[in-house]
Amino acid sequence: MKLLTLNFLTCARKTCKATAASFPLHCREVELEQVEMDPNPLFIKNMLPRLDWKAMKGLTQELGLPQLPNEAPSEEELQGADGEPTQVLNDLHTLLMETSVVSGKLVCGNCEYEYPVKDGIASFLLPSHMV
Amino acid sequence: MLPTPSTSHVNYDQVYEPAEDSYLLLDTLSSASETAFLQRRFPQHATSPLVVEIGPGSGVVLAFVTAHAGRIFARRNVGTLGVDVNPVACAATRQTVQTASASARADCGVFLDAVNGDLTTAIKPGSVDVLIFNPPYVPSESLPSLPVHDEHDAADARGSFARDSHLLSLSTDGGIDGMEITNRLLAQLDVALSARGVAYILLCAQNKPEIVMAQVRAWPTRDASMLRWNVEKVASSGRKAGWEKLCVIRIWSDR
Repeated sequence: MKLLTLNFLTCARKTCKATAASFPLHCREVELEQVEMDPNPLFIKNMLPRLDWKAMKGLTQELGLPQLPNEAPSEEELQGADGEPTQVLNDLHTLLMETSVVSGKLVCGNCEYEYPVKDGIASFLLPSHMV
Repeated sequence: MLPTPSTSHVNYDQVYEPAEDSYLLLDTLSSASETAFLQRRFPQHATSPLVVEIGPGSGVVLAFVTAHAGRIFARRNVGTLGVDVNPVACAATRQTVQTASASARADCGVFLDAVNGDLTTAIKPGSVDVLIFNPPYVPSESLPSLPVHDEHDAADARGSFARDSHLLSLSTDGGIDGMEITNRLLAQLDVALSARGVAYILLCAQNKPEIVMAQVRAWPTRDASMLRWNVEKVASSGRKAGWEKLCVIRIWSDR
């Protein structure tokens, strides 16, 4: 599961949705892999405004990945004067699109429920008494 | 006609096989009227839209939208995500989308993942721009129970006929009027959709589409900036002597 996907996921429990702590889910005991993917610079550029930068920065800290700056890069930092993608953009591609969670747990910061990830697929199905 | 993604790798004992309903969605999403609507709704300068298919099954529809993003949205910076209650379908969807994308590199959008979950419950509120749902719409006496991930390991080992038919029933059985699951999804739309969000939902005649559409029009608006909920029938098939079998409705809001 790509790190970018975590920008769109939250705890599946209704009671957690209203709390800020249910996003982002926290990675615990995760195994990561790098999977090469065709770069799509425009996608990174146009997705960036939708990215919860603080949440992503927290995730990279939890995962022991290279630190992100405090502020999201500006549009000028993503594209060089020659129109080519900059290193900043390429690094974001590597982080968001190519870094994947193969296995481990995604934990809600509010209820502490652990959602398992197996073979790159996260499961958000809850036992019926918790729905 | 855009090519239909291959699903030949999918085990149809455990995952719904693409059928007339799936193909109606492909035709709808690539029709001149819907591509024009989507391109107006998500213009080039707007942030990248997120397409979420609920219950992708084999992944044929999500693969089609991902592989042909350039034709459907007139932009390739479109993200796609699948959420299926059947874990076997999640793996099938991932493979179908990746294969289709690899053979349409000049035209394809960006597939994020397939996630195992119940409708939109795991999706961050307000993040879905285009929601696609081919629901379990067949009227049935009861609803199958949802799989629980604690059971996964045991279930994988079981590999039994009982497990297979349970997984398949999740893709077909819709309870009363075939609407029980669709009604749950409709109730989640207000929270799941972004301000510019659009939902495409497939219905069959027994679902009483006219009643569903009247209910949607009567939904309360989310906030002061929202004028009204709109719903329109954008496609139908199986028309015989005025009796229509399947249709696709589009739900969106005006601001």
